[in-house]
Amino acid sequence: MSTIDVDIDIPIGTGTRHGTIGTSPTRPDGIAKVQGAYAFSSDLSADGCLWGATFRSPHPHARIVSIDLSAAWKISGVQAIITAEDVPGQMTYGLISQDQPVFAADVVRYVGEPIAAVAADHPETCRRALDAIVVEYEVLAPLLDPEAAIDGGHPPIHPDGNLIRHQRIVRGDTSVIGDVVVEGTYEIGMQDQAFLGLEAALAIPDPGGKGVELHVATQWLHEDRHQIAACLGLPDDAVRLSLGGVGGAFGGREDISLQVHTCLLALRLGRPVRIAYSRAESFLGHVHRHPATIWMRHHATTTGEIVKIEARMVFDGGAYASTSSAVLINGITHTQGPYRCANAVVDGYAVRTNHLPCGAMRGFGVVQACFAHESQMDKLADACGIDPVEIRLLNAMRTGDELITGQPVLNVAPVEQCIRSTAALPMPPERDAETDLMTMPGGAGRTADSGDIVRGVGWGVAMKNLMYSEGFDDYSTARCRLADGVATLKFATAEVGQGFITIAGQIARSILGVDEVVLDNIDTQVGSAGSTSASRQTWMSGGAVDAACRSVRELLFAHVAAAHGLDPLRLAIDETDVVDVVSGWRISVADATAGIELDETVEYRHPATEDLDENGQGNCHTAFAFVAHRAVVDVDPELGLVKVVQIATAQDVGRALNPLSVTGQIEGGIAQGLGLAVMEEIIQIDGVIRNGNFTDYLLPTFLDMPDVVSTLIEIPDPHAPLGAKGVGEPPCISSTPAIVAAIRDALRQVDGVGKPLDRVPVRPSDICL
Amino acid sequence: MTTEHFVLHVNGVDMQVRDSWLGESLLDVLRDRLDLLGAKGACEQGECGSCSVLVDGALVCSCLVMAASAVGQPIVTIEGVSPRGTASDVQQAFVDAGAVQCGFCTPGLIVAVHDLLDRVPVPSEIEIREQLAGNVCRCTGYGRIIDAVQQVAVRREGGA
Repeated sequence: MSTIDVDIDIPIGTGTRHGTIGTSPTRPDGIAKVQGAYAFSSDLSADGCLWGATFRSPHPHARIVSIDLSAAWKISGVQAIITAEDVPGQMTYGLISQDQPVFAADVVRYVGEPIAAVAADHPETCRRALDAIVVEYEVLAPLLDPEAAIDGGHPPIHPDGNLIRHQRIVRGDTSVIGDVVVEGTYEIGMQDQAFLGLEAALAIPDPGGKGVELHVATQWLHEDRHQIAACLGLPDDAVRLSLGGVGGAFGGREDISLQVHTCLLALRLGRPVRIAYSRAESFLGHVHRHPATIWMRHHATTTGEIVKIEARMVFDGGAYASTSSAVLINGITHTQGPYRCANAVVDGYAVRTNHLPCGAMRGFGVVQACFAHESQMDKLADACGIDPVEIRLLNAMRTGDELITGQPVLNVAPVEQCIRSTAALPMPPERDAETDLMTMPGGAGRTADSGDIVRGVGWGVAMKNLMYSEGFDDYSTARCRLADGVATLKFATAEVGQGFITIAGQIARSILGVDEVVLDNIDTQVGSAGSTSASRQTWMSGGAVDAACRSVRELLFAHVAAAHGLDPLRLAIDETDVVDVVSGWRISVADATAGIELDETVEYRHPATEDLDENGQGNCHTAFAFVAHRAVVDVDPELGLVKVVQIATAQDVGRALNPLSVTGQIEGGIAQGLGLAVMEEIIQIDGVIRNGNFTDYLLPTFLDMPDVVSTLIEIPDPHAPLGAKGVGEPPCISSTPAIVAAIRDALRQVDGVGKPLDRVPVRPSDICL
Repeated sequence: MTTEHFVLHVNGVDMQVRDSWLGESLLDVLRDRLDLLGAKGACEQGECGSCSVLVDGALVCSCLVMAASAVGQPIVTIEGVSPRGTASDVQQAFVDAGAVQCGFCTPGLIVAVHDLLDRVPVPSEIEIREQLAGNVCRCTGYGRIIDAVQQVAVRREGGA
């Protein structure tokens, strides 16, 4: 790959010492995980620990007339039953606005909303207690149509109203009319994060109830602590959080679920309490990816150059706000995708309904926008008589281009390279008589008649913002101590499986010339690291670890210079030595730090961002990454079955700090993109979830996932610490539209017309009926 | 509730199970009564394979097996795959190949891969996919897991 000259002092390819940046050391928690010895939050217990469980609403919208706990109290082994009356502090919580009750007191707004919690000696006792709780409801008409939330057609279902946020973007000359105009309305279904490690927490109260220690699987320890403390009526520092082993997250652990309930029960009883959700409860207990309806109209010249985009996006936020307002902004500000566009009119709404609450999931609003803009690009290519790849290259964004918000893209923007590198990847072999039926649509059902199977190819290209937006100060903190040749790192960065703990050690080894790096416990005994979301931890916490290590390195050089009569400015790290770059004198880092301790804590910040104005103008995002996907699918048009044969991808990663980890993110993200394309959707009918289990909510298995061929576009970004962009989200963004485009391509070969397939996930009936 | 006292033979050791109620799953007994936390519960209906163990040599989802029905049969859990504190070739390959992210599916997969390679020493890629399709991983997209399985197969073949 080509490189550009930037001020990053660890060039690509020079990291040859194992365990440094650019190599792929194994995970520090890997052996414990393969042995089954790693403690996930659901594995934690304590002496005298009780079990907690949650009583939930069966109705999407109802008034609570009465709550009768008397029968539940009579069950032997029940120790506590709490409701809204037992919340000593703030009655509500929420990431952006605090609109979600700890327990519903007067009204329930979604199926699964917590009303009470119990603690007992055994999970079975808890279940019996929940069965014995009697709540009388006055069922209310649910608000299920997002449009009725916008037009005032339904009375407010919450004191904050039914509209969570409305934002317009108006850019350039809105009167422009293209020679070619294409439009469509696209729908995205509700996807679940479906992390395997169910929600679980262990709360241990301090003697006297003055504080509590909570071990929990979360994405953001300090934000959890802040919200929990407010509801408990305690100061933040009376609540100590420690990261329980996290079995995946993908956005679904950014919001509060069982944290407050667990702490309340433990404080009430003065005994440790653990809560562990079942899978069915997990589907109700965390936020999901927003279902969205997106209308888009693209205007272009006859040669395919985009001149204007109009769009209207409606995100169904469900019952509570969560991060809906930020998801909306991500959606509308990515209307154009990774393409230049001078003129735009976009209207975006995030609304409240009586559906399950929605919030963060990998891709965060951009997944929805991308399915629409990439479907539009194919329509445009078709209308202009241009190849789908050519029209994307023609419009590809470059560094310096302005978005429809007026924000210039200052990051490396290798959109063209992503597309060309993807196109250069090998295509899968053609099907022939030797092809195993198992690999055809229908798979193990062996329903395919190979003569009827049609192969299609489709493209998707995406832009994704990195880090938080709209002025949010999402800093990260890291502490580095260096003593006797060993570096100890302390941070509150939630390790959720992505591998930050691996690259943290790599950074320390590269900067400090040490081999041994000790990782301190991940908890709130150090400043916030911000959330493990928005593809931000490699950049933000990586930046914090990098900065802390560099600060310690300055102390080290000052110490060595003073001890040996040298100029500290002439000292550098070479492998595991401190060297005088002029004289060649050297001393090992281990010897140089014998008997001393150097200790620095640093907060890393990215440049400030701005709010959008009333026309949606402003530098609201921090940075951007890009990716291209090419999908090859086989389709059985008669049965409506799809087998994804291959995904090819080139991703703009800035620089791969750990190439094996990056590959894991790419392949894992594509699996989730494939899930949204053809398998995964939470079905709600009349506000009631109908498939909240892994038998009916379909996740991609080994047999559903195709070969992934990938290449990394490594152009270190001058704005990123270490040149590395976040890599987690892009793989799941444009893989979805690429797969759907490939299905459309296959179907068009069948009858020359095809199907619109303007909704994901694509169901068999969308193909064959 | 009616409770039972029985003995399970787990990882070569007889383990006393006291006060188990009839119908309690093997997964719950392993985790809550025998303190063997390696098998994980993620779906409770046999769809995800996180709780995979061997009962009398057969790969099962322990969430679907009544503990009392496993009396008298050898049970192997992730804790019995390799001597305490060591890693089998499959376990080490998972770490080396990048097949582990969050790791929640990993113990079940390790048991399933040992079972697969014992039965089919050199599986084709499609055999690997088919045989492991009962083990869901949400993080990796499976590519590195397949790589790990193939590495072990090649190494065992070379050493044979």
